[in-house]
Amino acid sequence: MKGLIATRLMQLVAVILIVGTLSFALMYFLPGDPALRIAAGRYGPDMMDNAISDMVRAELGLDQPILVRFLSWMGDLVRFDLGHSLVTGAPVIHEIGLQLGYTLWLAVTAFVLSLVIGPVAGAIAGLFPGSVYDRVMLLVAVGLRAVPPFVLAILFMMVFGVTLRWLPTAGFGGWENLVLPSFTLALGLAAMSSRVMRDAMMGVASAPYFIHARYKGLSDRAVVMRHGVRNASLPVVTYLGLQMVYLVEGVVVVESIFAFPGIGHALVHAIIARDVPMVQGTALAMGGLFVLLNSVVDLMCLRLDPRLRRAA
Amino acid sequence: MTRALLARFYTLAGILAAAGAVETTGGITGVAMAGANDDVLDIASPLEISGLDPAKSGYLFSRMQVAETLFTVNRESQIVPMLAKDSRASDDGLRWEISLRDDVTFHDGTPMTAEIVAADLNRAFERPGVLRQAPITGISASGNDIVITLSEPFAMLPAFLAHYSTIILAPGSFDDAGEVQTIIGTGAYRVDAVVPPLRIELSAFDKWWNGRAQIEKVSYLAVSRGETRAMMAQSGDADLVLSLLPVAVTQLKGNPDVNVTVATVPRTRLLKLNLAQPFFDETVERQALSLAINRKAIAGVVMRNTDLAASQMFPPEIRDWYDANMPVLDFDPQKARELLADAGWVAGSDGILEKDGKRFDVTVRTYASWPDLPLIATALQSQLRDVGIGLEISVGSYTEIPAGHADGTLEAALVTRSFSMVPDPLATVMEDYGPGGADWGAMNWHNAEAEDLIADLRKTTDGDARAQMQKKLADILQAELPTIPLVWSELAMASSARLENVRIDPYEQNYYLADLRWAQ
Repeated sequence: MKGLIATRLMQLVAVILIVGTLSFALMYFLPGDPALRIAAGRYGPDMMDNAISDMVRAELGLDQPILVRFLSWMGDLVRFDLGHSLVTGAPVIHEIGLQLGYTLWLAVTAFVLSLVIGPVAGAIAGLFPGSVYDRVMLLVAVGLRAVPPFVLAILFMMVFGVTLRWLPTAGFGGWENLVLPSFTLALGLAAMSSRVMRDAMMGVASAPYFIHARYKGLSDRAVVMRHGVRNASLPVVTYLGLQMVYLVEGVVVVESIFAFPGIGHALVHAIIARDVPMVQGTALAMGGLFVLLNSVVDLMCLRLDPRLRRAA
Repeated sequence: MTRALLARFYTLAGILAAAGAVETTGGITGVAMAGANDDVLDIASPLEISGLDPAKSGYLFSRMQVAETLFTVNRESQIVPMLAKDSRASDDGLRWEISLRDDVTFHDGTPMTAEIVAADLNRAFERPGVLRQAPITGISASGNDIVITLSEPFAMLPAFLAHYSTIILAPGSFDDAGEVQTIIGTGAYRVDAVVPPLRIELSAFDKWWNGRAQIEKVSYLAVSRGETRAMMAQSGDADLVLSLLPVAVTQLKGNPDVNVTVATVPRTRLLKLNLAQPFFDETVERQALSLAINRKAIAGVVMRNTDLAASQMFPPEIRDWYDANMPVLDFDPQKARELLADAGWVAGSDGILEKDGKRFDVTVRTYASWPDLPLIATALQSQLRDVGIGLEISVGSYTEIPAGHADGTLEAALVTRSFSMVPDPLATVMEDYGPGGADWGAMNWHNAEAEDLIADLRKTTDGDARAQMQKKLADILQAELPTIPLVWSELAMASSARLENVRIDPYEQNYYLADLRWAQ
């Protein structure tokens, strides 16, 4: 356990260094004049021109050699200073704190919802493979995974926001604003995890120990809960780590369409405006989050599977 | 242990799911109340808050009547005093004295003084913004007056002082380094909360010098997607929705709960041409290009309103610049072919024109942040192909247009240009078509008469004389076509049927929130 945490900590440091350097280099090598892009991000298209971008270039020292700028940024990072946004002028840590907060709310809610929907639906399908329910679930899962979050979001807004008027179409701040965006994300996640759970449960249900449990007279409920769920949830929990990628991808789209102020939205805008400190800050936060969540997944697997504990 | 953990986890998840179910059944009323049917005025607009500095997001705070400028534009499109009481220019036009209203208080209770105003204006002058384009040599306070000295007469000073980057803020708005930390203005609404980049919450200010706003609370949400904004209008989640897409206007017009207001605004989609290129160096070539464009078709299909076909640079709503007697920009592809032939362009084997071994192949740069621009570019590509002009479309960032202007690599650009940033179109015309052209205007165009007119217009205060000169300048732009106007623009706004006194400001300076009220 300690070894695992130490490894993950080292990985975290490596992620910080690699993500930081990569985002700096990628921003530097992108075509286009960064001073013009920053001026555009700050003052908008109607105000932005070469005269204003020259002022921005002078103010930010963008004409300094790249090595000087990189070392200065690395120096700040070592002192845990992520700098200030080149567009808004606010401290990056402050902006990320605010936006990461909203994203976490959205991502966690979506994740929890997907856990409620996906594995449960999948486990039932796995216990009755080939049934009508199993086939319908396959169809639903393929459908939900195939529909892009963008389309699903619009559909939800039209049905629950415009027609039924049960939920607000967009915005943020209240719990009711979380429902549609998190369901949009959750259904895509659940579609995949239900399939993983279904196959795992089908495998477990045909395993000798499962059949033996039945023969020795345990009730269906006891068999499924004691011998089925725990064994079948191992691949699902491992798969959850991979689903973070879908979550991050989905969050960017969903935040934009539901006018939700998250880190995906911030990252897209920061890249367009060449706001290097914000890009680095958000990339670091996301990279760190990946390491953290994968560590949680590893720890959960360790808890679930005694064989892994013995191996460790 | 693990099972217990999982069981607890599922219980929690179950509670959340149940909560979700309650939301969609029992909680309906509560949610709906939080949206539209309360007394908070909900606004949705695409404009995000990119920082509190007046030069960055001042337009939001001025449009929402949080912060105010010394001058503004009234409903008759005239520049009138707002925080100023009146203004006097010296005989030589080099010294302006602007006296201030006496009864103005900032939202934090500080009375507005000439010293505070002068400090704000000096700050705006030192930073990126329009004031730098004015020939200002000094801004100071004298008693209750602001004294602005100039290096040459400048008739547009009041219009420049109506620009959002010159909003007047209380000293408490700034930190020690002079950066804006909070917006403390003088307007009808005070800021309760700002959550960048998307939300602003306001409440009516009791001591506004012009009375008190009728609606107590306002909530602003930046919604970048046009589809989302349209649905917010339909669902009643927003009471005032700005910048509707043309398709949404058609959709919302049949909705009895929503009123749609549309105004033509001083914004023109135009083709910016590099006149140093052999394709555009002769006036007849530019006239031919213009004749090859079917503006009515573009306006009808892309903008969904054929009246927006730009027969000249300015729409009829800009009275001082529109000339009803001017020969219009026609669509006549046959005449375009003849003019191009006169200029020495002959069709090559594939139909594309050639002259001196050079093919008439042009790359036009445009950008997708205005979703209609790439569509217009595609229409142009097809229309110009008919007269033998090959157009390659490059959709990128709008920053590539000033960049291409600066390094001379730009051949042509499809842009949208607002003539109301300073609420006097002359400010933009002067910049775009003055000597040397500008990033968003003419490129390598030289016309001595136009330059003289612009120089005279800068200092002419007499309205009639100005109008005559402006019309003459518009005539030159129409004949010479340094840029080719394509379509004008509309600003469409959806408002809840519960709202009264809704009005669009074509100059986009004001949402007139203080005048709005709920229908009884």
